[in-house]
Amino acid sequence: MSEIAHRPLGGRILTKPVMILGIFVLIALYFIARRFLFGLGDVSHMSNGFPLGVWVAVDVVVGTAFGCGGYAMALLVYIFNRNTYHPLMRPALLSGVFGYTLAGMAVMIDLGRYWNAFNLLMPWYAQLNSVIFEVALCVMAYITVLWIEFSPAIMERMPPSLRQRYNVDKVRAFLKRYMYVFIGLGVLLPSMHQSSLGSVLLVMGSKLSPLWYTNWLPLLYLISALSMGYGVVLLESTLVSRAYRLPSESALLASLSKVVAGILALFLIIRFGALLAGGHLDLALAGDFRGNLFLIESALFLAPVLLLATPAGRASQRLRFLAAVCLLAAGSLYRIDSYIMAVNPGNGWVYFPSAPELMITIGMVCLEIILYLLFIKTLPVLRGSANQPQGRLS
Amino acid sequence: MKSVERQDLEECLLHDLDGYQGALGGLTRREFLNYCTGVAATLGLSSTMGIRIAEAATAPVRPPVIWLSAQECTGCTESLLRAYHPSLETLILDMISLDYHEALCAGAGHQAEAYRAKSMKENWGKFILVVDGSIPTKDGGIYCMVADKPILETVREAAEGAAAIVGIGSCASWGGIPSSSPNPTDAKPVHAVLPGKTVVNIPGCPPNPYNFLATVLYLLTFGKPPELDTKNRPKFAYGRLIHENCERRPHFDAGRFALEFGDLGHRQGFCLYKIGCKGPETHANCPAIGFGDVGQGVWPIGIGHPCFGCTEEGVGFTKPVHSLAKVQTFAPPTAFPSVDATKGQGVSTAAVAVIAGAAGLAVGAGGMAMRRMDGKAESPDKSGEGS
Repeated sequence: MSEIAHRPLGGRILTKPVMILGIFVLIALYFIARRFLFGLGDVSHMSNGFPLGVWVAVDVVVGTAFGCGGYAMALLVYIFNRNTYHPLMRPALLSGVFGYTLAGMAVMIDLGRYWNAFNLLMPWYAQLNSVIFEVALCVMAYITVLWIEFSPAIMERMPPSLRQRYNVDKVRAFLKRYMYVFIGLGVLLPSMHQSSLGSVLLVMGSKLSPLWYTNWLPLLYLISALSMGYGVVLLESTLVSRAYRLPSESALLASLSKVVAGILALFLIIRFGALLAGGHLDLALAGDFRGNLFLIESALFLAPVLLLATPAGRASQRLRFLAAVCLLAAGSLYRIDSYIMAVNPGNGWVYFPSAPELMITIGMVCLEIILYLLFIKTLPVLRGSANQPQGRLS
Repeated sequence: MKSVERQDLEECLLHDLDGYQGALGGLTRREFLNYCTGVAATLGLSSTMGIRIAEAATAPVRPPVIWLSAQECTGCTESLLRAYHPSLETLILDMISLDYHEALCAGAGHQAEAYRAKSMKENWGKFILVVDGSIPTKDGGIYCMVADKPILETVREAAEGAAAIVGIGSCASWGGIPSSSPNPTDAKPVHAVLPGKTVVNIPGCPPNPYNFLATVLYLLTFGKPPELDTKNRPKFAYGRLIHENCERRPHFDAGRFALEFGDLGHRQGFCLYKIGCKGPETHANCPAIGFGDVGQGVWPIGIGHPCFGCTEEGVGFTKPVHSLAKVQTFAPPTAFPSVDATKGQGVSTAAVAVIAGAAGLAVGAGGMAMRRMDGKAESPDKSGEGS
């Protein structure tokens, strides 16, 4: 592990992009304050018919899938023992840390009676038959595990005085010895709650369009989370290495692309197989809103499979990037569709997120990017190269 | 369970079913077996049990029944007179041997009393004792004298030799009207004056005759009382709250209440909870079987009057008729959402603008990032749209 030279990028923190993103964060903070002062109805369009709005569908369901980079890479590196991918591990973990932590924050904004949330941790209130309960506990646990997994990067950079004061070296030694436990948990927990996010939809029953509803939803959610995790790794390492002129991980990414294509093909086979078996595939060609959504989604899923099918496609940085973008768009659309757009609770309920609601979600994403940039600049996350002792200093 | 049914079926096949022709009050074999199977269904038993009930009902020696009346109004008997499957005459002439009943005895005076004494002596330990009415206990029970004897003593004496004891009606089951405050005679239910004895209670004012008939037939068939609840009421009849099976329950859940007799809600058949219906705290099968054999909906709540809780001790004759019931399942909220509440909010221009802006930014940034890829241009990309 130690032979990989992770190093902070350094450089100015308050760059122009950060300041622009910061404005969106401030707007979001304003609406979050309104939500806590005046209640959910003041900023959100959520209703009894649509209790799961854009905060759940995007911030939690899509957000945690984006955060599955750490999960997907851990599966590859530690479980399947592909140590060559190790350099991609820390950045992936970092996106996981923020994806999940901010999803947790979004839930606290989304909960109508957030002050009761601590009851989740009271064993005597546990409702073990509830899917949402499983998701809640599991996500809480995983957020903790992610921070523990990432903590060596923070501890490496602690000033020596602090290190001595809090006995950090002992903690580091302990973590180094028992990290496998947390890595194990870090693979187990997302497998549990990402599939549970699909089980939540099983509970929706006939509210969900038959084009999305299948008994395989938990598996489909698990696979799509994995593929989105790899998608994030592809996207991030490409963007970051270009933006900060870091050594390209091209060779690694090309072989990783093969894995991605395989997983996506599996996803499509299960999805279409289930639809065929259920006899609902004809709805895709019905020409209505949901049918068209399904077609767009499927096209976006199919595109990366085709793009990454050939060695030439996998070798091209541009096509890889395009595939990753398509894949993430497909996965996000799949999740938003199945949580909001393909849901019809009946009785004439309608939902479209309000502008303040969307601004909170956008602010969250911006905050995530700002924090990501801050962390890679100040903490040893990315791999440096020998002939380039420092990243771009700007 | 399956093997039991199989055994029963085999037993049935061995039995001479044609023998039932004309067995009971001139019923044909088909009518008779129909009726017995119906009784089995009322009890929630397998249909093959009908045969065993038929056997019991046609046994040559009909089980003797002694019916004692204490402080009562004969309402329970009146209710029984209005049973049609079977009718009372079928019951008392063909199924049981009703050896003593003040209202229905052919004999009178000393003759009737002598026959009761004789029957009890002959059938000591075998007869079924039915009591209606509550038992006055004040001043040695002198407030209800039958044949010069306080009914308290008569009941205690008869209970000693009874194979089973049934208390019919609310008075016998928990005290009923006579026990209501100020209770001048210190009236008590039957089980209270017979400590140590199991009294099967069939409360109701009057009780549904079929709850009584089904219990008696169960006793005859199996030789033991049906499953009872903590107040010794048969569970098949008193296991559930009226509220649970009430046909007006959907109105309760939706918050549609009659607020006074004859108002719009009352005329529409809304829930009667707010004009004092005690269905939410009263256990009985009234909504399921109705009264008078004239079809569904014929019972107090069905015809627009709130239930007054006759089967439940501490509710009927105790609570004011129009006071609110204490809801045992869950209470309705004080305010219900109005029926024309908005059903969510749709698209707003600002929201579309926000989404379009974000999507445009993402596509644009992605396009810009891609434009420079695979070329050798190493110019830094400003895009941060990574996650």
